[in-house]
Amino acid sequence: MTTTPTVDLPVETGEHGIVPKKGRGGRGAWMIFRNRKATVGLCILGFFVVLAAIGEYIAPYDPNKISKSLMEGPTAAHWLGTTNTGQDIMSQLIVGTRGVLVVGLLAAAVATAISVLIGVTAGFVGGIGDEFLSLLANVFLVIPALPLIIIIASQLPEAGGTTVALVIAFTGWAWGSRILRAQTLSLRRRDFVEAARANGESLWRIVCFEILPNLTAIIASGFIGTVIFAVLSQITLAFIGVTSVSTWNWGTILFWAQSNQALAQGAWWWFVPAGLCIAALGTALTLINFGIDEFVNPRLRTTGGTAKALRSKRIQARVGFTPVYRAPAEKRGEE
Amino acid sequence: MTFLLRRFVFYIVTAWAAITLNFFIPRMLPGNPVQSLINRYQGQLSTDATQALYAMFGLDKETTVWQQYLDYWGNLFQGDFGLSFTFFPTPVGEVIAQSIPWTLILVGVSTLISFVLGTLAGVYIGWRRGRWTDSLLPIGSFFSAIPYFWLGLIAIAVFAVAWPVFPASGGYDGAFVPSWDADFVWSAVYHGLLPAITIIVSSIAGWMLGMRNMTVTVSSEDYVTVAHAKGLKERTVMFGYAARNAILPNISGFALSLGFIVGGTLVTEIVFSYPGIGYILYQGVSSKDYPLMQGVFLIITMSVLVANMFADLAYALLDPRTRQEG
Repeated sequence: MTTTPTVDLPVETGEHGIVPKKGRGGRGAWMIFRNRKATVGLCILGFFVVLAAIGEYIAPYDPNKISKSLMEGPTAAHWLGTTNTGQDIMSQLIVGTRGVLVVGLLAAAVATAISVLIGVTAGFVGGIGDEFLSLLANVFLVIPALPLIIIIASQLPEAGGTTVALVIAFTGWAWGSRILRAQTLSLRRRDFVEAARANGESLWRIVCFEILPNLTAIIASGFIGTVIFAVLSQITLAFIGVTSVSTWNWGTILFWAQSNQALAQGAWWWFVPAGLCIAALGTALTLINFGIDEFVNPRLRTTGGTAKALRSKRIQARVGFTPVYRAPAEKRGEE
Repeated sequence: MTFLLRRFVFYIVTAWAAITLNFFIPRMLPGNPVQSLINRYQGQLSTDATQALYAMFGLDKETTVWQQYLDYWGNLFQGDFGLSFTFFPTPVGEVIAQSIPWTLILVGVSTLISFVLGTLAGVYIGWRRGRWTDSLLPIGSFFSAIPYFWLGLIAIAVFAVAWPVFPASGGYDGAFVPSWDADFVWSAVYHGLLPAITIIVSSIAGWMLGMRNMTVTVSSEDYVTVAHAKGLKERTVMFGYAARNAILPNISGFALSLGFIVGGTLVTEIVFSYPGIGYILYQGVSSKDYPLMQGVFLIITMSVLVANMFADLAYALLDPRTRQEG
């Protein structure tokens, strides 16, 4: 690194090809597709959604069907091998996708609803109400969620998909609510909100039409984060056998693999694919979240893709260098 | 001092909330778990145990809920969590006391290592933005998306089954009796290595990403520019100016996400059959041993609270602003 601290100003960066070239000008939700990470994430997620929707029709076998090929590695007939009772593992994976996604999305939807309700209320009302709601959120954040989910789920008479989703939502809303509260607090005294108030707009209108639209990105990233949390929790629950082991999801496959000593027998095809699916889904969701984060906070954009372009122009990306592209002139006046 | 005082009050409230939650969960849930338990054990439960169960689930109608709540607190203060079914008739408190040191050492040490390494790596990646190090971010997010227990399974498959360099399960060699002699300690360390590495690998990415984002944000602050302009050494600016400020949110993040991490590490113990509290919880879950599960939950929550208090102390030490008030 050279000794002269070259602190580039954003003004310069406009011409270096960091700017999305097409000047469509819109800053709407479709902007997310301009972000490569988010696009990759959305594609992987889309693949799993399709799998969840049509899984039972395209699965080559009935996941419960016992056959004579016991504990076989990948073959032409069974692409991902079979279990110790001859069940087809690929079919279990495909059919299990729906359970994973439904519980993940349902839990995240409920948790996000709770977090918006509590976070925005806390940030907007302030005072004692805020103190109380923040305390509630912090308490739920500090209490370890997974053990709490385990003790609740294992005491329920039957822990089906919906129940598990609700239990996860009950324990997983606090993080989003905390972030939403902070953002609402900072929005509450902005000029446009004051203006709406001076216009005599009702409280509901201010919250729904002035505050909430400005929270969209945070709500979205909170939702995605909660999906990750819900998927991991649900699979962990299935793996340790707290939830029903008769409905298929990726955790159930791992549960049977573990309880039939797949590890000791070297049956890698039994537990590797399920884990890779979890990791792929989790990575996809994380990438979408990176995209949202970078959309909200341009400083976080990695110059990775453009580093070469920069270097060819002899510009060194370094401290303080923020490849922010200039917002359209009319937008800049806002701050 | 007000900062620490406020936090202390918060921990008291949280502890109260967790204990109360623990009291109400078995009472609020539908069904009659006691009867189904008695059926499951088919008369192997003694009358005392049945009675204790009914009391625990609030199904003995003679006492009011309030009275039960007071009794529950009374028992807690005497360290009485009830009797475990799995290890009948050992009290839950004793079962937990045997397993807690294992968890404290394994989870404590590996979480600390992962936090320190991840934070340092995050500072570096954030500081040298636009280099090859940026490619660590997607790799990191891949690893943080993997459940701890699955990484544990893979670690066992590779390093204990296919290429047996580490033991696949347990916390020490069965030939030893737990004591403080060198052979036993070595055996325990040897058994703990693979679970510890698993925990470090799966949790390090989170710290790295958080610290990277904070460093990037902080590094364009004016005081960093000024430090550069003064001609200070790169390292001084990086650690003394940027990292020092960037680490504050990471420490409060450390405190808040401990709950998540502990949850994940408990499952790692299950995979490795490590004799810690997570494995006990697993045994409790598989045999529907409610008193044991509830005791474990309380102990885990209390440990997380204590760890949080330490994180707050560290925060107060690093951030002079918290000391100025009051």
